[in-house]
Amino acid sequence: MTTRRVVPFNRVEGDLELRLKLVEGVVASAQVVAPLYRGFEQLLQGQQAADALVFVPRICGICSVAQSHAAAAALAALAGGESPANGRRVSRIVLATENLADHLTHFYLFFMPDFARSDYRHQPWYEAISHRFRAQQGAGSGAWLQARAQLMQVMGILAGKWPHTLGLQPGGVTRAVTAEEKVRLQTLLYSFRTFIEEELFAADLEQVVALESDDALQQWRQERERGDFGQFLTVAAALSLEKMGQIMLPQLSFGAYATAGGHFFRQGVAEGEAVRPVEDQAIGEDLSHCWLPPHSSPQHPFHGVTQPGLEENPDGYSWCKAPRLGGRAVEVGAIARQRVDGQPLLQDLYRRDGSSVYSRVVARLIEVARITVALEQWIAAIDPAQPFYRPLILPPEGTAVGAVEAARGSLGHWLRVGQGRIENYQIIAPTTWNFSPRDGAGVPGALEQALAGTVVGDRGEDAPAIAHIVRSFDPCMVCTVH
Amino acid sequence: MTTLLWLQSGGCGGCTLSLLGAESPHLWQRLAAAGIELLWHPSLSDGGAQTLPQLLQQLIAGERPLDLLCIEGAVVNGPRGSGRFHLLGGSKRPMRDWIADLAPIAGSVVAIGSCSAFGGIPAAGGNPAEVSGLGWQGEAAGGLLHEGFLSRSGLPVINIAGCPTHPDWISVTLQQLAEGTLTRGDLDSLNRPCSYSDHLVHHGCPRNEYYEYKASALDHAELGCLMENLGCLGTQASADCNLRLWNGTGSCLRGGYACINCTSPGFEAPGHPFLQTAKISGIPVGLPIDMPKAWFVALASLAKAATPRRLSKNARSDHIMIKPERSGE
Repeated sequence: MTTRRVVPFNRVEGDLELRLKLVEGVVASAQVVAPLYRGFEQLLQGQQAADALVFVPRICGICSVAQSHAAAAALAALAGGESPANGRRVSRIVLATENLADHLTHFYLFFMPDFARSDYRHQPWYEAISHRFRAQQGAGSGAWLQARAQLMQVMGILAGKWPHTLGLQPGGVTRAVTAEEKVRLQTLLYSFRTFIEEELFAADLEQVVALESDDALQQWRQERERGDFGQFLTVAAALSLEKMGQIMLPQLSFGAYATAGGHFFRQGVAEGEAVRPVEDQAIGEDLSHCWLPPHSSPQHPFHGVTQPGLEENPDGYSWCKAPRLGGRAVEVGAIARQRVDGQPLLQDLYRRDGSSVYSRVVARLIEVARITVALEQWIAAIDPAQPFYRPLILPPEGTAVGAVEAARGSLGHWLRVGQGRIENYQIIAPTTWNFSPRDGAGVPGALEQALAGTVVGDRGEDAPAIAHIVRSFDPCMVCTVH
Repeated sequence: MTTLLWLQSGGCGGCTLSLLGAESPHLWQRLAAAGIELLWHPSLSDGGAQTLPQLLQQLIAGERPLDLLCIEGAVVNGPRGSGRFHLLGGSKRPMRDWIADLAPIAGSVVAIGSCSAFGGIPAAGGNPAEVSGLGWQGEAAGGLLHEGFLSRSGLPVINIAGCPTHPDWISVTLQQLAEGTLTRGDLDSLNRPCSYSDHLVHHGCPRNEYYEYKASALDHAELGCLMENLGCLGTQASADCNLRLWNGTGSCLRGGYACINCTSPGFEAPGHPFLQTAKISGIPVGLPIDMPKAWFVALASLAKAATPRRLSKNARSDHIMIKPERSGE
């Protein structure tokens, strides 16, 4: 029997709808619909170039700093200059703080509550999970809210507020950090480390970072009785999450946290065992299944057009464009970043089962451990005696790219300026890649591929597997269409 | 319990994310203290068993009471007035139409953030998505809801404006509404809660001494006042950002950048670069709202002449160069 179902989704950032074709209790095909269009790429046209820094963070309340970071990087490239080391350092700390908050907000508030659904009430682990993660009531989510609010005090010190700071500028940051503030930052990080070591991992971060294989991870889990990561691993083993939502697409990372010698998490495209360089020119956006009027062929973002027409494209089913790399669908996010970076545990998980619900979530939590350790070092390296900002003059004409990694993956801003004003501003956000509609060749995007073949049985579109797969990507729909 | 329905439309979700940053007590405890039951929140609800369109139909049919309706994000009317730029997932119906059906049955209607209050950021640059606020279109009364709209409680749409909003502005206002203690007199002329809009961002600004002497910063990362050159509208902006701090000890000014007056209608289109002060003959156009211009100019020139060297020096530096010490006179 074939049925078609429209499934609205919450507990993702923004609006999402799935259209599922179910045949004999299996997802035969899926269409991912981004139902909201706000027109940021249109309203940016004609604005003063520097004012992009007011608008782009407001694309997204959860990836706000990542958007600022990409715009500041593009404007710095336009000016052909670089900010002082302290400026780069503080920008990196601010971005890393947002990414930590996003990863754990996803884990505690968006992803884990699905295991507290009544579908699982007969599972031996249900009581513990429900106590910890039930939506709006879980003890773990409450503990996380408290820890998160405290972590965000890093933003209060360095960026004025979060979300929507104007503190990240092409020439650096808008305030210096004093020696006293540096100490406060270190204290906040100490407190954050305590939270994740006690509540999340129930282990020293150094131990977590040193896990290099799935066997080691499973062994490690059996050695501890508590910890939210351990609870996830128990559930993952019971439900075989490594077989859920599997895909093996090329994985893209623009490189995260630029440092003097490159990136803290490397840049590249991972496919199988190989990692190759990112080719900007190979990126193109296909509009064949987007409601926007289609181009004759995929356009590089420098030439991209975002202009809703009089009629919607009859083949369209989403406001999301379909970005492709060398004509191919790709996956972005923590799993892609860690694979490109050659992180041994994620390499091992990927070799076994590809990208799955399991490996995507593990990748995020391993990143939390790795970023926290790095953040402590970056804060220690702040030199209050050195400058944090250098004036950069924006030229009236030019083109530039700002390519960064947001929590959810690769974020690119492609900017063209004329007479000091923005002529074109095209954005490809992480979830634009992961939740893209089909392209002109009919190839589905990453989530559409991950959903196909999922066994849902009698529960149909209400099967929890659908929720696990969708949320394992940590979608940000407001970034997706912008 | 007071029931609360929270919907999002043409916004970024940043007001919700800001609200999640509520500090001590955290959000779950604040809602519990106010006796508020979340019927639905797009980022927080379980959402497993029941879909949102079903819930909305029940509320509209009067099968369940709706006390508080919070809308985050602008009302989306495009393209060409159809509302199809935002169809509520699972319903094929514009979110705008759902909001219009829900507003009259809600006890109180609350616009969360400047987008749902006035249109906000998506109204910039020609307003491509044809957005409006709930009760206002920019500075003009009347948005999605007609100008004289009053909810069941007799209050107009309550505009908790800001981009984003401070967690306290929301949780305090919701608690007052749940208790039934918020009155018309607690709202300003733009229907913002006076609890935060009776203040100016200027109040409590750590750069006030620089302001007094017009010791101004010329570029980012300098300690001086940001009003003269760097676009700061803190003397005109209604909000208590420098009294009720953000994320611990922050505010825009403490972060080193200008107040862009994000609690006001039309802030998205200031008519000049955001971080540059608009001037006529060297005098900033936007002077403090209720000060006679001639007096301001006179006092400013007097203050400039009297500026201690400490302030003029520190204003142009990213850290304190000269400490406040008694002069030798």
